[in-house]
Order: sequence, then structure tokens, then C-alpha cells
Amino acid sequence: MTELSKSGAAMTEPVKDSRPPSAFLEVRDLKVHFPTDDGLVKSVDGLNFTLEKGKTLGIVGESGSGKSVTSLGIMGLHTAGQYGKRKAQISGEIWLDGTELLSADPDYVRKLRGREMAMIFQDPLSALHPYYTIGQQIVEAYRIHNKVDKKTARRRAVEMLDRVGIPQPDKRVDSYPHEFSGGMRQRAMIAMSLVNNPELLIADEPTTALDVTVQAQILDLIRDLQKEFGSAVIVITHDLGVVAELSDDILVMYGGRCIERGPAEKVFYEPRHPYTWGLLGSMPRLDREQTERLIPVKGSPPSLINIPSGCAFNPRCPYADVPKDNVTRTVRPELSEVGSQHWAACHMTQEQRERIWIEEIAPKL
Amino acid sequence: MSENAEDKAVSIPAQSTGSATLTKNAAPGETLLKVTGLQKHFPIRKGLLQRQVGAVRAVDGIDFEVKSGETLGVVGESGCGKSTMGRLITRLLEPTAGTVEFEGRDITHLGVGAMRPMRRDVQMIFQDPYSSLNPRHTIGTIVGAPFKLQGVTPEGGIKKEVQRLLSVVGLSPEHYNRYPHEFSGGQRQRIGIARALALNPKLVVADEPVSALDVSIQAQVVNLLDDLQQELGLTYVIIAHDLSVVRHVSDRIAVMYLGKIVELADRDSLYKAPMHPYTKALMSAVPIPDPRRRSAKSERILLKGDVPSPISPPSGCRFHTRCWKATEICKTVEPPLLELKPGQQVACHHPENAEDQAPHDTVLLTAARDAVELVAVGTAAELAEAERAAAAATEEPADVAKTSGPEAGNAGDDAAAAADAGTEGESPEPTEK
Repeated sequence: MTELSKSGAAMTEPVKDSRPPSAFLEVRDLKVHFPTDDGLVKSVDGLNFTLEKGKTLGIVGESGSGKSVTSLGIMGLHTAGQYGKRKAQISGEIWLDGTELLSADPDYVRKLRGREMAMIFQDPLSALHPYYTIGQQIVEAYRIHNKVDKKTARRRAVEMLDRVGIPQPDKRVDSYPHEFSGGMRQRAMIAMSLVNNPELLIADEPTTALDVTVQAQILDLIRDLQKEFGSAVIVITHDLGVVAELSDDILVMYGGRCIERGPAEKVFYEPRHPYTWGLLGSMPRLDREQTERLIPVKGSPPSLINIPSGCAFNPRCPYADVPKDNVTRTVRPELSEVGSQHWAACHMTQEQRERIWIEEIAPKL
Repeated sequence: MSENAEDKAVSIPAQSTGSATLTKNAAPGETLLKVTGLQKHFPIRKGLLQRQVGAVRAVDGIDFEVKSGETLGVVGESGCGKSTMGRLITRLLEPTAGTVEFEGRDITHLGVGAMRPMRRDVQMIFQDPYSSLNPRHTIGTIVGAPFKLQGVTPEGGIKKEVQRLLSVVGLSPEHYNRYPHEFSGGQRQRIGIARALALNPKLVVADEPVSALDVSIQAQVVNLLDDLQQELGLTYVIIAHDLSVVRHVSDRIAVMYLGKIVELADRDSLYKAPMHPYTKALMSAVPIPDPRRRSAKSERILLKGDVPSPISPPSGCRFHTRCWKATEICKTVEPPLLELKPGQQVACHHPENAEDQAPHDTVLLTAARDAVELVAVGTAAELAEAERAAAAATEEPADVAKTSGPEAGNAGDDAAAAADAGTEGESPEPTEK
């Protein structure tokens, strides 16, 4: 237990004042809403978390749960869109190393981007510019933040390519993205994002587009680099295996909100939200004996324009009727502490959840 | 599926117009599909005269059989030819060489017209439910199209039959008049499945049927495929890159690498005691959704580099450029696919969990020494240790093979193989809850 509380980013419930937090990254009540013709899309609707340097937070959820929108929000990439009235509405606070980013000057945030915080995107082919060589793109990223001549920057690019395991980096630095394989492109992307030693690295589905053997290489690389550079890392993925490999802490998102978060061990071994149970049950696992059938979550993820009232998960939840007075359909559950550093948002009492998990769910997994 | 219980007795659409050979149903266990020496080379043409300068050897000589009622899973990395293989056996592509026999009849070179009656028996489910449904057609038109194309009028009319199919796959019959965009990914995939089932096929080839879907939806579709197989006695060929999904759905599994089948075995043998080094590496690379595994000193085989180009595949065994057991013979002689254990065929000179096929050849290739990295995932100290071990291994190449496959020494020892249980490095503490 003591070991657990030490491990991972200390995740505390947000305090309502706006003093700079002690954590390296703290997100308080982040909301990202997009006005559309059909209504307001509440992609992220009140998200809180903290992350310390050297730790990894895994954000899991299905498509449309708000994972990627959260990461773009932290990077400050939503406000950059020129959509006139259609601009994303962002509220809340994002504290990075003692500075609040949402109210900060956009120019200031732009200077942080790439130097203090960097991002690895899902699809390296569309994230890399096809017209410039890998080297040119890394050099550009380096020279924007560092006053160095081209030669030094190029040396740095070669050094980074070498570090991420690209063979013959001094030759490959002059290759174009299309000359690289998928895994090598993702390595080049990682090299580019790490060229300025960022303190915060956001990896948005870093391995989804890759084959399993290459995925293993990249996951290993991210883990090694984190140890070496001591950055804080946010990994966004739908793959629980990837999260288990990398994360100290896990945040499960559903319908734009966090429904459970805690240390990785807790979320995998003592999950306290029916949706997390659903995710664990719907996944065939190589490390277990073959199960007869998977236990899927019925229905499909909610529309973010029309999030079900009460608990967003209630239409799909097999236990929606356990709490009394139809409360799951009328009152939105808040995160409550279910263990040390472990929160879940569910109306069932902790005893009920513990019983269901131990008696009904865990034996079937 | 409870509301579909009454659908268990599925009426077979009239097949009177079909050719006589197709009407007899293969008994379970009988060979339904037989593929021999199948090849597909896509020509690369260059220059003014469009002369052929080479070929992408997408599928380069594969043999397998699919028995009636079973599920054959096909796994491999992207570019290994698994999708091309799927399209060859459904005759959506014309094979370069080899034969495809369906129910004992050679269908390799049937023309479009001759193929048409066969299409009833062989159907396909596509990967992307967004691009495989015509956005301008209603669900009724899409699912009813097979009847119109085949000139079949099911009992009670097409509409009734389509509605029945929709309910079989777990959709509401009222969806008949809706358009594909009104459905979510999982529902669209169900529509694709309903269309494939319309003519009551014998063989369904599913190319990555769940990889475009979310985890919770994936499970729904996997269970649906399972239920349909039991109710309708379908035979599946399921192509996927996700090893855990393939294990869940398949009876037998073929592992492909660069256009070849490197291992073909029963599910349990394959996952408990993989013989081909590639299979072993592939399985060890799957991230295990268990944080305790990470801190446990797990052993992972990390292949270096990427899959070579299928335009000029490596000589001999195609895996020798990335294999840590590769010797001279692997470079020169292509290993045949041999049945080394009942129900387990493997194409390797130095298989794991079995007798070495080329025991005289023990000198490892230089490439083999650094073909693989063994990573002890865990603390920094452990990592450093692994690095030291790797350094030591470079000096003593023979040790690499030993450390990489602790059970390789006990060739044929089933107990050791079972203990290996298909996953690398058991954690010291029990992982079951």
C-alpha cells in the first residue's frame, strides 16, 4: 500500500482556488465544447488530473470519449483553429510547471509547444510533411527553440535519429518520409518530438497504426526515453495492453468525463466502475486461459451532443438498477474515493461494487 | 441473441437455379476448401513500354485446407499477404499459380459466369464497414442485393428475409429503410455480416472483421460470429493481425510471413508451444494487459527492423534476416512446411519446441547475433542488466539461442512446452485473482 501511494502521480481532488499547484501538470475542470449545427458537442466535460515528472498517465477510452480532444486541449491546439464562431469553447485550468496555459498569451504557449511539451501523433505519415526530408523537419523543430546554426542542428538531428534506433542516421537524415517504413516514421516522429527535451510528452495512440512487433519496439523506446529524459508522459490509447505496459496511473474516460482513475494496479485488479469491468471483459487475453465467450458491453458509445442524463453509462450498464430511486438516470455521479489514490464515479455503494467485482466479474475474466 | 432463438432453424434460400454440385452440404470435418501452391504476384511495370521489371510476391506458394465447420485464423503483420490470400480464395483476385478447390471442385480459373453460382457459397466480410456499404443504398437494398443478383426469391419475399437477417445479426427489422450513415461502426459491421449471410453461404472469409471497431463493440461482433457459426454451421476463414482475437475465434491458425505460411497448427498447440521463431516473437510482442507482468521480470523477444520487401524476399528462409537462430542453411535452403507434431506444421530448420531439422548446422549467422534484443522489462537496473546480457551475448552467439528460448534445449519435452504456456516469463506471483 505504501508502495502504491508513493508510486504514480499523486492524484488529488482539485481545490477550488486558482493557486499554482505543486504538481508538474495539473488539469482542473477542463471542458472542451464544440458548437455545431446539431448542437453543442461536449467532447470533454469536466476533467481533473495531475501528473508528476517522470511518471506516465494512461488515458483509455473508446473512440469519441474525448481522449484526443483532451490532449489537443493541453497542447493548446484547439484555440488555433480559425473557425470564427465555430471556435472550440474551452474552460478550466491547465497548470504546467506553475503556469496556467489557458489564460496565458498564445505566443507564450507557442514557445512552450515543442520545447516544454511535445506530441507524438497516431499516424506518422500524415503528421510528417511529405515535401521535406526527415532531417529538415527535425532541424526546423530544433532551430525554432534554439539559436544554433544549421550544422549544429543537423548534428543534433542525426544524434536523435540514432537515439531512437534508426540505422545509418547520418544517411537516413536526408530521406523523405515516404522512404521510411511505418515503424521508422514513428521513430522519426519520436525523435522530432524529443529533440528539445520536452518535460511533457503526449503520445496520442502512438502504436495504433503499427504492427505488433514494431509496436513492441516503439513501446520499449518510449519507456527507455522516459527513463533517460525524465519527462512526464501522457499515453492516450484504446488498447489496455499498451496502457498496462507503460502507465503508472490510468484514467478511464467515457462520454467526455473521467469515470475511474487510479494507479495502474488498482484499475486492473480492483476496478470500481462497471464500464472498466466492461472493457476488461470484452478483451480476449493471451495471458489467460481461453474463455468460452467474451463479455461485451451492450449498446454503443453515447453521442456527445446528447449525453444520457444521469450517469452517461446508464443505458449500457447492467447494474443501472442497483442504486435506488432511479438515481442513475437522473443524477450525474461524481468521482468519489474508493481507495488510496483511486477514484470512481458510480452511484452504487462501494460495498455493492466490491461484491459484484469479486463475485460476478473477476471470476469470468 | 435471445430474441433470435426462434431463428435457429434457418431456412435455406432456394438453390434450384444453382449448379448441382453445390447443393450437397459437406459434412462437418470434410475438406471444404483446399489450396495448393497458391501464388499471387503483382507485376511492377515501368517505362514507356510498361515492361514488367519485377513483381510483388504478395502470396508466394501456400498450401492449406479448411475443414467444414471449423474456423481457420490467419495472422501476420501488414504486408505478409494475408488479405491477398483472402481475396484469392474468394476469387476476387486471379491467382498467378496454384489451385483453389472448393468442395472438391477446382475453381481456380472459373470465369465470372461460372463463378456466380459459387458466390453463394463463399462470402466475404470486409474490414472497413464505412467503405464496404454503399452510402446511397438503404440497408434493405444492401442486404437484399445478393438475392437480386442471384435471382433467388426466398420464402416470404426478399423484404421479409432481409428483416429476418437483420434480427439474426442483432439489428432491428425497422432499420430496413435506413441508410448506412445512420449507423455506428459496430452496427455497420453487423449489416456487412447480414449481407454475407443472406445466401446461406458455406464458407465466410472475414478480413479483419473487428479491427476497425472499439474494444467493447469488438467483443459484441466476435460473439455474434461465434453464435452464427454454431447456429448456421458456418465455416470461417478469419484474417486478423490481433493475435488475441485470433486465438479467441479460431480452431486452427496459420501464421504468415512474407507471402508464406510459416506455421499452421491447432490453436492450443500454437499458443502453448509455438515452433517457428517468428510465431514465438510475434506472440511475445503482444502487450499484456496486466501491470504486474511489467514489473515481473518478463522476457520479450524484440525483433529488430522491419519486414523485408516482398519484391525481393530474402533467399532461403524468409525470416532468416530477423531470426536469432538463423544459420547458413537458413540462408540457402527454403524450409518446407512439415508436420513435426500431429496437427502442427512448421517451416523452419531450427524450430522451437521440436527436434532441430538441421542439427549439423550450428554456426549462427552474424546477422542472427544482433537480430534480436531480449528485454527484461522493469527497473532501470534490470534494463542495464539486460544490456550487459546482450553485450555478453554478442560475444557468445550460441548463448543467444539459449537465453531466448529456455525450453529450446528440451526439444520435444511437452511438459516444458506446456509450462511455457504461450506467454513469456511467468510472473513469480500468481496472476489470477
